[in-house]
Amino acid sequence: MKNRKLLALGLILLLINCCLPLVAAAEEKWTGVDESVVAKFAKEHGREKRVSYINTDQGDLLLFVFLLAGVLGGFTAGYSWCLLVNKKGTASTGS
Amino acid sequence: MKPFLVAIFLVSIVCAAPAHAMHISEGILPFNWALFWYLVMIPFLALGIRKLRSSAKEEISFKPLVGLITAVVFVISCMPIPVPTAGTCSHPCGTAISAILLGPWISVVVAAVALLIQALFLSHGGITTLGANVMSMGIMGSFAGYFVFRLLRGMRLNLGVSGFFAGVIADWVTYASTSAELAAGIRGTTPFFTLFWQILLSFVPTQLPLGILEGAITSGMIVLLYKKRPDLLVSMRVIKAEEVEA
Repeated sequence: MKNRKLLALGLILLLINCCLPLVAAAEEKWTGVDESVVAKFAKEHGREKRVSYINTDQGDLLLFVFLLAGVLGGFTAGYSWCLLVNKKGTASTGS
Repeated sequence: MKPFLVAIFLVSIVCAAPAHAMHISEGILPFNWALFWYLVMIPFLALGIRKLRSSAKEEISFKPLVGLITAVVFVISCMPIPVPTAGTCSHPCGTAISAILLGPWISVVVAAVALLIQALFLSHGGITTLGANVMSMGIMGSFAGYFVFRLLRGMRLNLGVSGFFAGVIADWVTYASTSAELAAGIRGTTPFFTLFWQILLSFVPTQLPLGILEGAITSGMIVLLYKKRPDLLVSMRVIKAEEVEA
């Protein structure tokens, strides 16, 4: 029963995951609020964003750095979590 | 079952495209405002680094905890989440959990590190606007989350509920601060409050649900840590020793 619920939840997540990009592509949605709010208001008041000093926003380079950041961040978080959980009982409880 | 869920998670990550959210991009703020926010940030950062050093000497589990929280703040503050009701993407901040566990001063340092890496390598935010972004996410978000958590714990609400509201308020305060910084920096002859409310209201459709998500993440992390390492929460002064279940 528990497995069935998990399976149903997984399928719903997968369905949502597959549908969202389709809707986004069709209506040109899903821009970040930095574009839809920050950049929009800035442009209306004569300010425009500049290219970053280290410009990784070129082709698929940005995808690569985001993926790399996710992997490194995930590894660091997981490793630190293991250290924390395995140190159970060794921490001082006083100030 | 687990491999199936892991596969869905991996598909979700691979399908995700980079996007930008709350951070104020490079060049948006005029020089004088960018400098002003840097000057505001420096004392908070200096005190945070000092507290970080002293806390690392006192508690053996402090360094892995800082590593964990920094990685969490870094990842979730550059993770675009689609909000179907608004048709836009934005991200949680993670500063509430950071402030609750490490204290608001150290949370400023954690946020500054995350924002600096994002500005340098992910074209997310900017070097000139780093001071403003640290101010809204690091300082305002951390202190708001911390004080809400303390206030609710003082009213004897349980950990999960206190963490939830701390996360919600930290997120909303962050975006309100961004609105104020932006309005002050770009307004020209437009009255400050007129522009502030316009920007803030534009954030609402996206940040209202995302703030609730941030509350759920904060609450979940606090409760998980309570179950796995209640002693750590005691030593970080998040809960009292007598609250730990025997």
